[in-house]
Amino acid sequence: MRVSLLYAVGTAALGMGLALVLALFADRQLAGYRLYRVGMIWPYAVAAPAIGLAFRYVFNPSAGIMSYLNAVLPGLWDPVMTGWQSLLMIIIAGAWKNISYNFIFFLAALQSIPRGLVEAAALDGAGVTRRMRDIQLPLMAPTFFFVLVINIADSFTDSFGIVDTMTVGGPARATNLLVYRIYSDGFQGQNYSSAAAQSVILMALVIALTVLQFRFVERKIHYT
Amino acid sequence: MVERTPILNILTDLILLSGLILLLGPIYLVFVASTQTLQEVSAIPARLLPSSHFFENLSTVWQQSDFQTKFLNSLIVAVGVTLGKITIAGITAFAIVFFDSRARMPVFWLIFITLMLPLEVRIVPTYAVAANALSPFQTMLDGLGITALVRGLTGIEIALDWSLLNSHVGLILPVIATATGTFLYRQFFLTIPDEMVEAARMDGAGPLRFLWDILVPLSTTNMAALATIMFVSGWNQYLWPLLIITDPAYSVVALELRTLIPDGSTTGGGIPYWNLAMAGALIVMVPPVLVVIAMQRWFVRGLLNTEK
Repeated sequence: MRVSLLYAVGTAALGMGLALVLALFADRQLAGYRLYRVGMIWPYAVAAPAIGLAFRYVFNPSAGIMSYLNAVLPGLWDPVMTGWQSLLMIIIAGAWKNISYNFIFFLAALQSIPRGLVEAAALDGAGVTRRMRDIQLPLMAPTFFFVLVINIADSFTDSFGIVDTMTVGGPARATNLLVYRIYSDGFQGQNYSSAAAQSVILMALVIALTVLQFRFVERKIHYT
Repeated sequence: MVERTPILNILTDLILLSGLILLLGPIYLVFVASTQTLQEVSAIPARLLPSSHFFENLSTVWQQSDFQTKFLNSLIVAVGVTLGKITIAGITAFAIVFFDSRARMPVFWLIFITLMLPLEVRIVPTYAVAANALSPFQTMLDGLGITALVRGLTGIEIALDWSLLNSHVGLILPVIATATGTFLYRQFFLTIPDEMVEAARMDGAGPLRFLWDILVPLSTTNMAALATIMFVSGWNQYLWPLLIITDPAYSVVALELRTLIPDGSTTGGGIPYWNLAMAGALIVMVPPVLVVIAMQRWFVRGLLNTEK
């Protein structure tokens, strides 16, 4: 349970932070904007298990780029043995998966800000970074909150593919996320009742998040 | 906006470029690994330039894991899920928005509740139903005493059995209902002015004609957006096929990745065929990525529409 929360917070913070910075700068629409946009969007389509397998290779202590690190400092990086490194690894993979989704929503939010508002601020002498901080960021708050909820709910349910291909819940259950436990207890351990009970917990979490989001969306939408 | 900010412009490009590297980097490494031979990929430290065995590895893994069957299965499932979701979400939203019925709000709320129940949450009961899709009816018949009645009258035991395990239908049907899609359509249908509905009615168009000749053409953008998202999610399904598919003839590509993991590279097990594993990962990744890039404009516009 603690691991699930750590994973949720970790992926949301990392994925949203990076996506936010990228969206803010991409929205300046300098040369190459379209290229950047396509470049940021496509990871949305990559399957979670494929990401898992890819990052398992990238972070493999003896085969991927981490072999450089381990050649200098042997034994420093070994996610197969070290719990927190293994967790860090799946958090990075999970965040990588979420960046493009978040980016799309942030960019959309930025582009729905009335142009006149930003221009007025520019006329008042606010520079680019000042406008980002005082106009664009506050106006993005609703989207930010929406994306946060989606990210957390996603990390509870959609993390299965990553965990299953990267760590199989190990080492010593350090990456045993709730959704993976439901699978391993229920369908590998044949303990359906335990899996069902854990499903109820997962369901409660997801429902709480959805209610939170819906209340907020209700408040936000004004058609007239 | 016309401004002179040379330093900031360089910074912007730097930030965006490093973002691109961050996103493309892992995939580049995957590609590099998939072009190398076993010796090259196992070399320490790793080589970061592509070698020349890309197609060799692709065809090896393609044959070794029987990707042909699985590729076709994935395609059938993804297209089936996409078509099913677009159709069902469309007609559901149509019924909810344009028909005055007492069941309207209850149905809307029932659909809304399913939004809170992604497949991962209801995996245990869904599996039980998929194992015998008619079991709810069996329970109903048992409960109503009809089973006992029929047995008493004719001596025939009613035992309904229709297993969805190991079939394309089983992969498609349980995930076909989509609350998100229904909402996307609903939001859009709500923006259609009443005048248009009345005009259609006055011209003598029945509900079906209205749906087919007015709503469908108007919502093509929505459909394209929804289709992209649903194709990707259909192709990338993993947990569900993992549970219900045991027969390789019905397996999908995403599932195959699991068998490709070169186990024991650090624990001293088998030989780590990272090159083949990465070639396999590329095969799985490419189709949905191509779809998203090709449909990029509609896809983003669709997401924008849901936001409004």
